[in-house]
Amino acid sequence: MTNGPLLQRITDYANRADPYPLYEELRRTPVLHEEEDGPYAVSSYYDILGLLHDPRVSSDATNLIAAGADELSGPEATGLPPSFIRLDPPEHDRLRRIANSSFGPPHRPDRIDSMSGELGGIVTELIDGFGDARQIDLVDQFAYPFPVTVICRLLGVPREDEPRFRTWVDPIVAALDPETRQRTDDDFQRASQEARMQLGMYLAGLVEQRTKEPRDDLLSDLAASHGTDGTMSMMEVLSTAVLLLIAGHETTVNLITNGMLTLLRHPEYLHRLREDPGLSVRIVEELLRYEPPVQLVPQRTCVADIDLRGVTIPKGARIWLMLAAGNRDPERFADPDRFDPDREDIEHLGFGSGIHICFGAPLARREAQLALAELARRLDNPRLVEDPPPYRRNAVLRGPRHLNIAVNSVRS
Amino acid sequence: MPAEAFHEWLRQEGRIVIVGASLAGLRAAETLRAEGFAGSLTMIGDEPHEPYDRPPLSKAVLLGKASPDHTELPRRRDIDATWRLGVAAAGLDMAARRVRLADGEEVPYDRLLIATGVHSRPWPKEEEAQLDGVFVLRTRDDAVRLHRRMKGPPRRVLVIGAGFTGSEIASACRDQGIAVTVAERADAPLVGALGGVIGAVAAELHRENGVDLRTGIMVTGLEGDTTGRVRVAHLSDGSSVETDVVVVSLGASRNTGWLAGSGLGAGPRGIACDAGCRAFDFRGIVTDDIYVAGDVARSPHPLFGYQFLSLEHWGNAVAQAEVAAHNMISAGADRRPHMWVPAFWSSQFGVNIKSVGVPSMGEEVMITQGSLTERRFVGVYGYQGRVIAAVSFDNTRWLEFYQRLIETGAPFPVEFPTVDRRPEGRKPVPADFPDPSLPTHGPTVTLSGYSPADRQLVFTPARH
Repeated sequence: MTNGPLLQRITDYANRADPYPLYEELRRTPVLHEEEDGPYAVSSYYDILGLLHDPRVSSDATNLIAAGADELSGPEATGLPPSFIRLDPPEHDRLRRIANSSFGPPHRPDRIDSMSGELGGIVTELIDGFGDARQIDLVDQFAYPFPVTVICRLLGVPREDEPRFRTWVDPIVAALDPETRQRTDDDFQRASQEARMQLGMYLAGLVEQRTKEPRDDLLSDLAASHGTDGTMSMMEVLSTAVLLLIAGHETTVNLITNGMLTLLRHPEYLHRLREDPGLSVRIVEELLRYEPPVQLVPQRTCVADIDLRGVTIPKGARIWLMLAAGNRDPERFADPDRFDPDREDIEHLGFGSGIHICFGAPLARREAQLALAELARRLDNPRLVEDPPPYRRNAVLRGPRHLNIAVNSVRS
Repeated sequence: MPAEAFHEWLRQEGRIVIVGASLAGLRAAETLRAEGFAGSLTMIGDEPHEPYDRPPLSKAVLLGKASPDHTELPRRRDIDATWRLGVAAAGLDMAARRVRLADGEEVPYDRLLIATGVHSRPWPKEEEAQLDGVFVLRTRDDAVRLHRRMKGPPRRVLVIGAGFTGSEIASACRDQGIAVTVAERADAPLVGALGGVIGAVAAELHRENGVDLRTGIMVTGLEGDTTGRVRVAHLSDGSSVETDVVVVSLGASRNTGWLAGSGLGAGPRGIACDAGCRAFDFRGIVTDDIYVAGDVARSPHPLFGYQFLSLEHWGNAVAQAEVAAHNMISAGADRRPHMWVPAFWSSQFGVNIKSVGVPSMGEEVMITQGSLTERRFVGVYGYQGRVIAAVSFDNTRWLEFYQRLIETGAPFPVEFPTVDRRPEGRKPVPADFPDPSLPTHGPTVTLSGYSPADRQLVFTPARH
């Protein structure tokens, strides 16, 4: 463990299992700027919320490159334009709106709701797959394959291609991690860009198919939106598809795994959930506050000087929004370090806020609710084999790499 | 009895009466119970229904997407109240602490909350207003009747008044392919609430969606056929509109008629109260046993120069009810001020419109994000060098930032760059509100105090 700058300690893998004491330390300096070229880390709830709604704060990839903050280069380097998560309005709004028209209200208000039966079927199948094992790795056997299967079905990507696209997804996701970026050189960035391009080309084949033979899936909808006025170009379709594929499972796996880990540490709620599956709604909301799958947002910069708590964040500086720290801000939540699904007020930052608020939130919620309720019901006397479990390297998308659970049996 | 003992007694055994069984009344009752009020609670409402939600009535219900019978307000908790529904309050005896009901009964109270809201301003010519096919839209029963007639379908609907409700009705008509004419006295829709610059965008929305929009015009008379059904409307330019459904959408009046002669500071603009929701009597002396909340209240706001504001805003009704309820059963030092920042939203022609602050105080407006021509934008209103309000079309998620500008008295014009700032937003233009002495359908915020001037003000909203 290093004793260096606080942000380095937060991103240091050695502190991955429990970063919360570091976040507490961080909140003592609500706008922390440790090194000359370093980011301004903002950690209190109201400040983060404010910046998420602040039109002087940009997510635009080109502004980010200027601020030296982004791993994604412009279109020249990858061949793929930035996805809407790395764009400001009006381009962001246009692309997100088109993507949303096949995903959510007002055009498809029932898309997620109507998938409930299908989601339940996938959960059942995966839990059945545990067989009569006495020990399971929740990540490999459940929390990863579940959302992957779901996003594949939703997009219309063949599930059996998972091993192929996983080899591209891993370097892309790794590049999101500030610690990895510090450790590695330009080759690493190039590998990530290369992977993104490869994934895009793979999806291009599918989009081409769907253009000829549309089905009831998002790729078909995106493909159909291609070509006419005010819609997506082919390259925009691919960027969006890459984004949805990755974001569609790399975060939910952590939400489910963090959720089960937390429940095993708080067995009274596991018990209550078994008795009342409806409690999963509150449990998942509190999880998003207590153990958010996205711990921080490092891809923001400002287009004007911003005065915050007596500190001026200068135009062009990088901003890190420390969502997980804000979620445990005692200025906002009573007894913030307590996991308490019964709290009346759980307005967390787990999905962010503002125009970039998590696009897949309704799906992620539904997946996690179903998954946790079913695991609680079907696992007989589940116990943690090791606590803390081994974590994934990533400091941004934080969650256990494995979660080994001992059970007496798997109920039918 | 010392104050502390009194409040303890009040909490345990006191009698609280709430007049007005809608959003504000219900939320106040729930807050009272949540804060430990154990005494008797009586809810008086002139409608026969338990509290229901009004915003869907001009939106989802008219579109047939929700049943008017299923817009109940979600309950936060059991309130264990005696309900007196379907009977209006008819009088108040402040000295004896009694509310008189329309059926002659009297209900005694130790604390009274008045949350009687507003009613639709009816068509002023009574005989014409009685014609079959002439509607207003405020209550659930109004919505049931109008919806039934819309299913007809009518050959043409005439909406009189292009405020928010009128525009929403026009939008619902077009959505169902019903021909609709909108007549508005001002030069554009929504001008009373948002001014002419934004009103022009709303006018485009109407016309592009096939509304026959007539502005700068008045309806001079409605005419029925021999069976008493409305048939034609006559307009001030000499033209006429053949119609079988007329929706009168001329804004609202405060429900204070029942307080005439009571000695309370109540009038057509509402009931004046202090920042703690305590009503004033007609001498300007604050009462300590009568509280007001919701659309009917009119209270001074430090952020807007202590102007008395009355707000027809859903969120205000909730926040004010919570403060009123808390203060009713709390001793002096524990009381809280109600300092909610006005906020209002509407949905029409597929566009989400939201405002914060008091746009109608604005002298100038500038577009800080997006563009008027795309009809996706944020507009900021300035008053005497400070930001006083903001409005968004399909851009709701930025508004929290602008609310903060309003709360901190940020300078206007807004100089700093923002994402999505286009050339048209670089300079402020006159907001173009109509002369306030000329009647229109009216804004959603009524100003009735003196003017704000202090731009150094830093406003800290209540967080609890």
